[in-house]
Amino acid sequence: MNRSARRRIHRALWLVPLVTLHLVLLFPGFFAPYDFAEQNRDFPFRPPARLRFVDANGAFHLRPFVYALKVDDVSSVVQEDTSRVFPLRFFINGSRYSVLGPWNARLHLFGVESPGRLWLFGTDDFGRDLFSRILFGGRISVFAGILGAAIALLAGASLGVIAGFYGRGADAAFMRLVELFLALPWLYLLLAVRAVLPLRVRTVDAFLLLVAVTGLIGWARPARLVRGIVLSARERGFVLAARSMCASDWYILRRHILPQTYATLLTTAVLLVPQFILAEVTLSFLGLGVSEPIPSWGNLLAQLQSYRVLTSYWWMYLPAAILVMLFLLYHRASSALEKRATRVSL
Amino acid sequence: MSRYPLSAASLPLVAAVMLVIGFPLQAVAQDDTLKTGVHGKTGGSLTVALRTEPKTLNPVLSVDAASREVIGAIQADLIHINRETQRTEPALATEWKISPDGKRYTLRLRRGVKFSDGAPFDADDVLFSFKLYLDEKLNSPQRDLLLFDDKPLTVTKLDPYTVRFDLPRPYGAGVRLFDGLAMMPRHLLETPYHEGRLAQMWAVNSPAGALAGLGPFHLKEYVPGQRLVLERNPNYWKTDAQGVRLPYLSQLIFSVVTSEDAQVAGLQRGEADIVERLRADDYSVLQRDAQKRVCLRDLGPGLESIFLFFNLNHLDPAKQPDLAPKQEWFRELRFRQAVSLAMDRKGMARLVYGGLATPIWTSATPGNKLWLNAALPHPERSIEKGRALLQSAGFRWDSQGQLLDAHSRPVAFTILVSSSNAQRSRLATLAVDDLKQLGMDVQVVPMEFRALVDRVLNTKNYEAVLMNIVNGDADPTPEMNLWLSSGEMHLWDLGEAQPATPWEAEIDSLMRAQLIATSFAARKQAYDRVQELVSQNLPLIFLLSPNILVGARPVVGNFRPAVLEPYALWNADQLFVRPAGSATCQ
Repeated sequence: MNRSARRRIHRALWLVPLVTLHLVLLFPGFFAPYDFAEQNRDFPFRPPARLRFVDANGAFHLRPFVYALKVDDVSSVVQEDTSRVFPLRFFINGSRYSVLGPWNARLHLFGVESPGRLWLFGTDDFGRDLFSRILFGGRISVFAGILGAAIALLAGASLGVIAGFYGRGADAAFMRLVELFLALPWLYLLLAVRAVLPLRVRTVDAFLLLVAVTGLIGWARPARLVRGIVLSARERGFVLAARSMCASDWYILRRHILPQTYATLLTTAVLLVPQFILAEVTLSFLGLGVSEPIPSWGNLLAQLQSYRVLTSYWWMYLPAAILVMLFLLYHRASSALEKRATRVSL
Repeated sequence: MSRYPLSAASLPLVAAVMLVIGFPLQAVAQDDTLKTGVHGKTGGSLTVALRTEPKTLNPVLSVDAASREVIGAIQADLIHINRETQRTEPALATEWKISPDGKRYTLRLRRGVKFSDGAPFDADDVLFSFKLYLDEKLNSPQRDLLLFDDKPLTVTKLDPYTVRFDLPRPYGAGVRLFDGLAMMPRHLLETPYHEGRLAQMWAVNSPAGALAGLGPFHLKEYVPGQRLVLERNPNYWKTDAQGVRLPYLSQLIFSVVTSEDAQVAGLQRGEADIVERLRADDYSVLQRDAQKRVCLRDLGPGLESIFLFFNLNHLDPAKQPDLAPKQEWFRELRFRQAVSLAMDRKGMARLVYGGLATPIWTSATPGNKLWLNAALPHPERSIEKGRALLQSAGFRWDSQGQLLDAHSRPVAFTILVSSSNAQRSRLATLAVDDLKQLGMDVQVVPMEFRALVDRVLNTKNYEAVLMNIVNGDADPTPEMNLWLSSGEMHLWDLGEAQPATPWEAEIDSLMRAQLIATSFAARKQAYDRVQELVSQNLPLIFLLSPNILVGARPVVGNFRPAVLEPYALWNADQLFVRPAGSATCQ
């Protein structure tokens, strides 16, 4: 392998965590040891489980293990029951989850036997496994965020390009539409949407609703950005030159104008996805998002608003940590794509 | 809004806050020196954190908690309910007599009392004040309390210091009626009233000189969005046991801190001295504060109750076809009993309120010591019993454990919950899990509070709701509109022309009986039976009553909060600043 190939592989290493993370989030049931709604009311706010190698008698175990927990009836103090070890097992049968539509499975990548509990990231206020909730929540939030951002960008970019490139009537019409969308009192509109929807919304519908609402609300700003870029690119020398050589509109757009917008669009995309994930919290507030007990990254992060959680339980920050990690990866992806785009266009 | 649910929806409940009733009536003559509280030091100022700005300082118009709070420190009433003893005590009236038929009250006024601007107070001010409260155009929230079967009470001046009240019919509440009815200065308000400007008078931003009251403080300064400074009223009529004129404080400052988190932080830093209602979460944070900068009081369960109820409205099935089959379940008593049995009330108190709430099974909370029917059973949580009840009512389970009704329809419904209250959503999450153990497929629908109230009171498009009522009040009378089948707040089945069930008919007659009975024993007997009927028939499935948690810095002297509003400021005239160095709580 020559040096430049090795360097290129090295440079693309960030792709590994990015792809892995999305794969895991796509099949949370398999990677999460527990069901997202399973409560353990005796064990609220347990810190992350300690995987041990050495037991209470000092014996070394090659396979890491955990101890089961027990609650003292009188003092309600939680203690580890050191009488039995629960070794970490792979491909273990546990709670039922749906893989895709009607297909159900019980196989989990890892776990421990009951009554042992492996809470990798600790538990929340109802003793639910935070790790499992992050994975299940990520499936909804991340993909709704990406899809919502894709719709918003696609719609925004197309309308922005048309408005900026053709100007005059199209420009006026589209930009008034944009202003209308920016000025609409969304809160009341969304309340109205909630009022016409049935009370019971299936998770799949909630997901689609999220995508639709974020896409619908989000397209106006990118449209304005793109219009501005196109407007200035339209008058650039090389565009005028191409035009003087009888280049078609489509050719000029594809060859000269669209590439100018890539950088902005990619940056906007990276900013929009986390924005949309957080927007889910607001939508949940209006009864349009995903509601408990189904997790989303929005409602996992919303728990941090409580002063007590904020000051007392550090592991409740883990959803935020995962979110930050994901966005660093997105950022990396966007700058790589941007580089590639500029290299191609030049 | 989250803390005082329903307040937006119902004025009667607001009015309820002003009235605590329930003692046998008697002619009283008491001295006005204080029997409780230690002798304090005069001077100094204390700061109270308010969550919202008061909307007005006009007692005739105030409906919000913040306004009532501030007005309580500026104004005084004729007969006052001591928030600590929950008994009436003389205020601007020193003694009173009630006629044997219970319809005529004669009050003797305190002599030599002056408003904060120096003008004397006499019977004409009383007459004028009641004229305002009864004015139909002003539509004050207190007006409802002064109407009896739609007829107002009448007020007559016998001499400058004697006033007679004639009620159209006897009233069980007795002189507790007068609590919270501030006496206003005729000399300042009569002209604006005749010119129709009264509704604009005494806004929060009025110049300090335009206001006068008979309370311990008067307005000095208002800084919009920030604070309201009250100054000692030099003409205040109360003295302490040693004859020192009250109040002790020279200034009482209300500072507006809208976020509860900021209130807690402010209390720790010393920017506020008193926070009147702490959340359970914040309470536990403050409790662990190593420096013990805040004195905390857990007053136990207050008069707030949280409950779950089903939509039992009689609706047109054509309009809401999905609801009709579900209402068949909801109307089944054994279904509601099973739901109540499945509720892990203790778990809810522990997990959501950190143990700072008390499980309840009926309308009166344990905080309402006078009226609670202590003989009612507290059935232990039991999923097995719940399942047995469901089975006996014709329900069964499929192979997946899903509950099916007699027509093999899966039992699935939604619970509405106000999204502005995080604790309530968490309660609902626990309830959903409890009901899952009965095989019910339940979904929580968080909803913006006003949208929720609209569904409950107007469109009636809902299946089940988890909500609360705050009764600033111990007496059952303000609950009339909740329990009467024709009541405006008969939540589960609004606007019944006839009581839909025999037990609702019985509640109707019991509530009407307690309203006019003048003996406490008779009223208590009636309300005990109401509680029994409620706990047996479960129109509302009562779950919890959160504890009243109050915090103050050690510097606050005579800090003796009570379970009734205003929790920590009921004795504002006795609060004082403890000398520096007294860092420990009393």
